[in-house]
Amino acid sequence: MPTRVLVPSGVLGLGFDRTALARGVAMRPHIIAIDGGSTDSGPFSLGAGQSKYSRAATRAEWRELMLARAEAGVPLVIGTAGTCGADATVDWMFDITRELAGELGQSLKIARLYSGQPAERVIAALRADRVLPLTPAPGITEAGLSEMTNIVALAGAEQVQAALATGAEIVICGRTTDTALIAALPLARGDDAGAAWHGAKIAECGALCSTHPMTGTIMVEFDETGFTVEPMALAAACTPYSVSAHMLYENSDPFRLHEPGGHLDVTAARYAALDERRVRVEGSRWVPGPYTVKLEGARAAGYQTTILAILRDPRYVARARDWVAGLQAFLAAEISRRMGLEPPAYTLEFRLIGIEGALGAMETRQGQPVEVGVLGIVTAASQALASEIGKLINPFVLHHPLTPDEELPTFAFPYSPATTDRGALYEFALNHVMRIDEPMDAFRLTVTEVNHARR
Amino acid sequence: MRVADIALKVRSKNAGPFWVTVDIFCGTAEAFSRLSRLQTAAIARLYGQPEQLLKRFDIADLNVIKISFPRPVVQGSRDDRDMHGAQWAHLLAEMELGD
Repeated sequence: MPTRVLVPSGVLGLGFDRTALARGVAMRPHIIAIDGGSTDSGPFSLGAGQSKYSRAATRAEWRELMLARAEAGVPLVIGTAGTCGADATVDWMFDITRELAGELGQSLKIARLYSGQPAERVIAALRADRVLPLTPAPGITEAGLSEMTNIVALAGAEQVQAALATGAEIVICGRTTDTALIAALPLARGDDAGAAWHGAKIAECGALCSTHPMTGTIMVEFDETGFTVEPMALAAACTPYSVSAHMLYENSDPFRLHEPGGHLDVTAARYAALDERRVRVEGSRWVPGPYTVKLEGARAAGYQTTILAILRDPRYVARARDWVAGLQAFLAAEISRRMGLEPPAYTLEFRLIGIEGALGAMETRQGQPVEVGVLGIVTAASQALASEIGKLINPFVLHHPLTPDEELPTFAFPYSPATTDRGALYEFALNHVMRIDEPMDAFRLTVTEVNHARR
Repeated sequence: MRVADIALKVRSKNAGPFWVTVDIFCGTAEAFSRLSRLQTAAIARLYGQPEQLLKRFDIADLNVIKISFPRPVVQGSRDDRDMHGAQWAHLLAEMELGD
């Protein structure tokens, strides 16, 4: 039976066109679904269990979506709440929701789907050969799993369906695949499975599959043979090209997408323009497979202190690589002599911004920069140690001469103190899937009713 | 002649923390057929990856060539310099074509 899913934007916090959202609500969707995160911005969010977006921005946008939900009278679902979808960020999102329910005078049933994995569960699965590496996978050990600050499993459609089945008006999901959130309801209502997953992939970034990505809002209508996608901003259009090209986005294989319980194959998908703004897609195929959920985990891999100096003296700019090589050797000896430390007890790396800052050894171009930023990065086992090394190297980064017989130079430090303590360096430490028997075996649901109805 | 002189756009982005994917939007069938001659081995060298790890898709329907490979440094790890992998595209855009 036809199912309309309204996707306000690619992620909560990035904004959407308000008129487009209102137009979507007027078209009577069956559900409003929005993603709350991804691994895109790096391991910090998962490592620390914090949202990358500000609470104020999240709250302001969520408020509008809660109002849209009340008007539409349908469930509102967010996936990967708080950027990483850890249990802590699900609760953070729940607090915001409860606060807004009070402010808006809404009475709500709120379901929370937790994706956090206790290390013991993953260790037990590892012992039972039920944790399988993807390519490329970092090595894992039981001790390594215990050290991770957060491990999450990516929920699929089944877990989102279980949350919706509670009758909740708002569902706050922990880590979820971007697509599961959108595919869950069409699948539950018996729409074509290939279409459900494919349409979900097309819509997961909101209007990115249209000619006007910044407008945000997209509607997908699923049915028994395919799906139709339409941007809600009138200025935007979906074309067979804009829709099919979206399968390329942040996707290593544009024809195949793995999900819990199978994979999507779009090799035979046909994209047709219904009119100037709507695209119809049929022929995508869902191929059932073993029930596995992908794991993500992060751990602290040391603590960092950074220092930034800018070379503007043309002689130093021209010979920046030589200068930094000399400085590096000098500092290694100083750190050894004064602190008794040798790598790998610490690492000290300099990156030359203006020469090879973004690409490092891969850089193929050479230019003649006006100035060069020298970014020093110290990594050590504790913040105290990294900070101490930062203080030791500080005067030399400021004054190190190219040759021993010249007056000491002084470079530009952009601020004081020149060193910055960055805290923990988190790293992604899992690229694995975990086999489970029942979809809810590794996930947890909590339902809360809040009553703020105004009489 | 560089890839960028023929293609409409070259973009790159992480595909999860362990992969990066580069899309060459050729724009026309003619540009697509010229750029399809790009050697996979040369692209592998450019990114310092063994050729057998590269996945390549020449998609005529879209006039797109897509190349995906495991990140030599995992996203956000100590040695990573580009969290989103979005600057990597320029290496390929600036690559000289052999012909």
